[in-house]
Amino acid sequence: MLKIEDINVYYGNIQALKGVSMEINKGEIVTLIGANGAGKSTLLKTISGLLKPKQGKVLFEGDPIGGKAAQSIVKMGISHVPEGRRVFANMTVAENLELGAYLRKDKEGIKKDMGKVYELFPRLLERIKQQAGTLSGGEQQMLAMGRALMAKPRLLLLDEPSMGLAPLLVKQIFNIIQEISEIGTTILLVEQNANLALSIADRAYVVETGRIVLSGKAEDLTSSEEIKMAYLGGH
Amino acid sequence: MELIQQLVNGISLGSIYALIALGYTMVYGIVKLINFAHGDVFMVGSFVGFYAITVMDLSFISALLISMFTCAIFGVLIERIAYKPLRNATRIAALITAIGVSLLIENGLIYIRGAQPEAYPNNVLPMDKLDIFGVSISSQSILILSVSIILMIILQFVVHKTKIGKAMRAVSFDSEAAKLMGINVNNTISATFAIGSALAGAAGVIFGIYYIKIEPLMGVLPGLKAFVAAVLGGIGIIPGAMVGGLLLGVIEALVSAAGYSLWRDGVAFIVLILILIFLPQGLFGKNKREKV
Repeated sequence: MLKIEDINVYYGNIQALKGVSMEINKGEIVTLIGANGAGKSTLLKTISGLLKPKQGKVLFEGDPIGGKAAQSIVKMGISHVPEGRRVFANMTVAENLELGAYLRKDKEGIKKDMGKVYELFPRLLERIKQQAGTLSGGEQQMLAMGRALMAKPRLLLLDEPSMGLAPLLVKQIFNIIQEISEIGTTILLVEQNANLALSIADRAYVVETGRIVLSGKAEDLTSSEEIKMAYLGGH
Repeated sequence: MELIQQLVNGISLGSIYALIALGYTMVYGIVKLINFAHGDVFMVGSFVGFYAITVMDLSFISALLISMFTCAIFGVLIERIAYKPLRNATRIAALITAIGVSLLIENGLIYIRGAQPEAYPNNVLPMDKLDIFGVSISSQSILILSVSIILMIILQFVVHKTKIGKAMRAVSFDSEAAKLMGINVNNTISATFAIGSALAGAAGVIFGIYYIKIEPLMGVLPGLKAFVAAVLGGIGIIPGAMVGGLLLGVIEALVSAAGYSLWRDGVAFIVLILILIFLPQGLFGKNKREKV
């Protein structure tokens, strides 16, 4: 579904991704794990068009999307839930969800999908008229995910959905991620909590200082000694 | 009674400030630029209205619409040519460019048509005096005030209920997140300049009808005062610009009424200084707090 071939991405003069290649197949949950600053978020931003690769290819269902404007990538079916949620705090929950469907014109379908989002996140329905800035961190995460789903993505990029949330809430969010996957949305998940990410993922890539250093099936990586030492707090 | 008349004058003048201040505040809200050329868009609008009325022999409403339309296009051109290439430059570079654009428009117009003033014909709007509870108010003031209020209501509707309005609010809050929704940020910024400039154009025509005399440098002082009004209300906040404009107009009228009419221009800047010292976020601004 998504294929990345040997991309280099720079912030000014600093190279953030060095020859990264990866692949996501339809229906999978793929996770990127790695330390802070390894380049995980940079990779997501490159896929969603916020950053442009200097070299290399990004192919979505065979079409090159590297360097395309973010809005055309959303239109093609990739939605990005950014790190730190980035909800529109000065707007209501309902308005945030409407903005998620900004490129869609099918009023009926939008209404239906909004109902689905409220089914997935009943908390949002309770807060429908509330300003997004007054929501708790967990509710904002739900809103950010709901907002991305309103674009009807085929590929959903999730950046650190567990950040700053209480363990119980993290579990709830991860259950919902699995539900979203079961509906048929392909998911690329960036997480610092590697244990948790590997527990729901099909495959994983390990990112270190801008390079992919390891990849494989999630269960294989979970049992690998190297991963245990570096990321799973093993000994 | 004298006082109430002065208040009415102040509100009329204030509604002109408010219309100009809206453009300042909307543009600041979305690109964080104080567009110092905005007062000159107001001036151009005034001239377009003047020529529409005198040369093309149009009615007030047609002249108003033509002026708004022309200024909308003018504003978008200014943004695309002068400001867009500087979108990622330092803010001071954009600010200096805005001052340069302002000088270019003023002197460009002087080069094209000369510096001589023009006088709006005084028969554009009926000039009856209405007697309301013993206060005589010109029908002109009332019409001007109604036009301003109608425009502000339309603006509120556009910003809160339409798709482009929601896009504008989203981009001004977080332009990167707005991109992820599929919003075209460049087009949204253009739309903001178009709407703000159209309001300035309307203010230009209203100003001409109310104060008769127009000239190429007429935009400087109302532009600066509208900027004060925008800061007074809280820069970037749309209702703030409306209230700030009206308040500033009333303050000026009251200063004149108290017999210090020579001080009226100075007072606007005293207001600016006081606001910056004691309430820098403006009347409607709040200190931003973020939740983690």
